[in-house]
Amino acid sequence: MELTGAEIIIECLKAEDIDYVFGYPGGAVLHIYDAFYQQEEVQHILVRHEQGATHAADGYARSTGKPGVVLVTSGPGATNAVTGIATAYMDSIPMIVITGQVPSHLIGNDAFQEVDSVGITRPIVKHNFLIEDVKDIAMVFKKAFYVATTGRPGPVVIDIPKDITAEKTEFSYPSEINMRSYNPVVEVHTGQIKRAVDMMIGAERPMIYTGGGVILGNGSEQLRQMTRKLGFPITSTLMGLGAYPASDKQFVGMLGMHGTYEANMGMHHCDVLIAIGARFDDRVTGNLEKFCPGAKIIHVDVDPASISKNVKVDVPIVGEVVQVLEEFLAAIDKTKKTPNTAALKKWWNQIDEWRSQDCLKYDRDSEIIKPQFVLEKMFEITKGEAFVTSDVGQHQMFAAQYYGFDEPRRWINSGGLGTMGFGLPAAMGVQLAHPDDLVMCVTGEASIQMCIQELATCRQYDLPLKIINLNNRYMGMVRQWQEFFYEKRYAMSYMNALPDFVKLAESYGHVGIKVEKPADVVPALKEALSQKDRLVFLDFITDQEENVYPMIPAGAGLNEMILV
Amino acid sequence: MVYEENTTDAVEMRHIISIILENEAGALSRVAGLFSARAYNIESLTVAPTDDPSLSRMTLVTSGTDEVVEQVCKQLNKLIDVVKLVNLTDDVHVERELILIKVQAENEQRDEVKRIVDIFHGQVIDMTDTTYIIEVTGDSEKIDAVLKALEHMTMLEVERSGQLGMCRGDKGMV
Ligand SMILES: Cc1ncc(C[n+]2csc(CCOP(=O)(O)OP(=O)(O)O)c2C)c(N)n1
Repeated sequence: MELTGAEIIIECLKAEDIDYVFGYPGGAVLHIYDAFYQQEEVQHILVRHEQGATHAADGYARSTGKPGVVLVTSGPGATNAVTGIATAYMDSIPMIVITGQVPSHLIGNDAFQEVDSVGITRPIVKHNFLIEDVKDIAMVFKKAFYVATTGRPGPVVIDIPKDITAEKTEFSYPSEINMRSYNPVVEVHTGQIKRAVDMMIGAERPMIYTGGGVILGNGSEQLRQMTRKLGFPITSTLMGLGAYPASDKQFVGMLGMHGTYEANMGMHHCDVLIAIGARFDDRVTGNLEKFCPGAKIIHVDVDPASISKNVKVDVPIVGEVVQVLEEFLAAIDKTKKTPNTAALKKWWNQIDEWRSQDCLKYDRDSEIIKPQFVLEKMFEITKGEAFVTSDVGQHQMFAAQYYGFDEPRRWINSGGLGTMGFGLPAAMGVQLAHPDDLVMCVTGEASIQMCIQELATCRQYDLPLKIINLNNRYMGMVRQWQEFFYEKRYAMSYMNALPDFVKLAESYGHVGIKVEKPADVVPALKEALSQKDRLVFLDFITDQEENVYPMIPAGAGLNEMILV
Repeated sequence: MVYEENTTDAVEMRHIISIILENEAGALSRVAGLFSARAYNIESLTVAPTDDPSLSRMTLVTSGTDEVVEQVCKQLNKLIDVVKLVNLTDDVHVERELILIKVQAENEQRDEVKRIVDIFHGQVIDMTDTTYIIEVTGDSEKIDAVLKALEHMTMLEVERSGQLGMCRGDKGMV
């Protein structure tokens, strides 16, 4: 039987087991929307802005490991999606974005709602396609899902002219795919595994440094086994939190600009650094000239281009994280070398001494609500089991520091691009994927306003999110930099004319609660959690000029932190 | 250890890179876009379909430290359209470039241009009463030398093809 291009798109999504598509209609995609209307298997979630669609699909993908799917119209639909595509790209999130395009014969004519979507998105996608023939749709979808989800994952854009969605052809979905120009599967180099393990066992001051790659590659279990077997300290980037349990003694906390003292000092003084699925981002390394001066570096990554990009590596290992870690485990079991226990003991003593600095201490007796206090209580009350999304700013760092994640895919935030507006729509995607779980969005009064319209989407689909608004009346992170580096000239960082968030939440049909005193924090959190099927917006009026500590100022090394 | 800049191991070298890529709309802009987005140098770039019309071959000349060029190659390899990439600089290889020059040639200049063209084994491929178009092929040093030899004359137009390159020996690229 012949199907229209639009129907074929739906069939492709079914074949890929897609349950949700996040989108927003418009002229160029009307045939596709019509096809959606006539079936029930793939559910379409109507957002209120295309940026929301991309972040929702992204949150869905981060929390499940499955690709998120977005559908937007041509022109402004596509351009509104750009921020979300770039956000996914920077954090290597598998996502398929279907953009409508003007009819084929109008392409290049500056037609109504025409933009060169393939051109605009080229630098922020893993790959993109312009479909030129209805017969190509099935193959392009197969390729798109394959490319998006294998190797180092990433977003893929499929641009489809309107006329092609109306044309008809026979449909059959390819069961296999072979692309001569794309071979994500790599053989792990056994010689390198041995070299790496010898180096690890010989280490006197080792440090394991893991990133988002461990989570994306589902290597958490193997990482735990290896870390416990070796008994080494382990730190994580912002993106890798949860891969190794935060509550475990071997975990020394997050590293980098707002990392813990023990993690950063441990990095600086280590003699063997084992980097796994992390990319030596500038927020992590600080000044490269001063980075890990005495360390031999082992680097495991699925993307060869990540290796030796910023930091010269001694033992590069390209491969899927699970496979490499399993080979590490086998090689550790086999090796006849014995670890230098005396040196390791000394190293742990040193680390414990750094730890005793208690670098995350803050004024727990404050009369004003401290943002750290809210996160700490939220962690206690939820037993660390919630899915937590965040926006970008101080609240993001506080969440990363004070909410200890014990499981992967629970901490959902925009690390690479640092996109304000991410938290709320991302939480929608997480909640849809995990309808029975607690999903919380930690945000600030500036960030939340960037995608606030999605409160309507939450109402429409009954998504009972818990929004934790740390309202300091400032773009806190901007203000902090202005305090430190611009002599407190707070240019444009004061949030004037704030809405009444309680009323705002209520007007969207949700519950809003304003919390002004430390004593009310716990009761408010409990109240919010007890409202299981309602979205509750908690507006915490927090200390206006609290700063995120510790902090490594720009240009400094990891051993040059500013402590409280 | 970090990369040391401004030391002797960080010298910038010229590299010639051969790439086989899918002959698809947009493939060229992916390569070109990569160079501008990542601030890599690009000295010349030529591209045309191969004997297999579904593939194009591109030759690219870039310069940078070894580390930078390694990154360039890795990033190029990451592009989904790239089938194969060889840094010819690592191997014994031949390079060729073609130059077309429209040069003013009147009276005694006509003989002089002819002489220069002969010395470089080039050809005059078009003429008017006052001009010649000459064609010379060779490696880039030879092409530079032709230009130098004609420097004192009036060149109305100069067009270089950019480098082509191929490894010596009996192996093919794909
Ligand atoms: C879309 C976007 N615009 C600007 C920025 C720069 N920026 C980073 S943090 C920040 C302030 C965030 O303020 P708020 O959401 O109130 O959080 P706080 O830092 O106060 O916790 C800004 C403006 C950004 N990250 N994203």
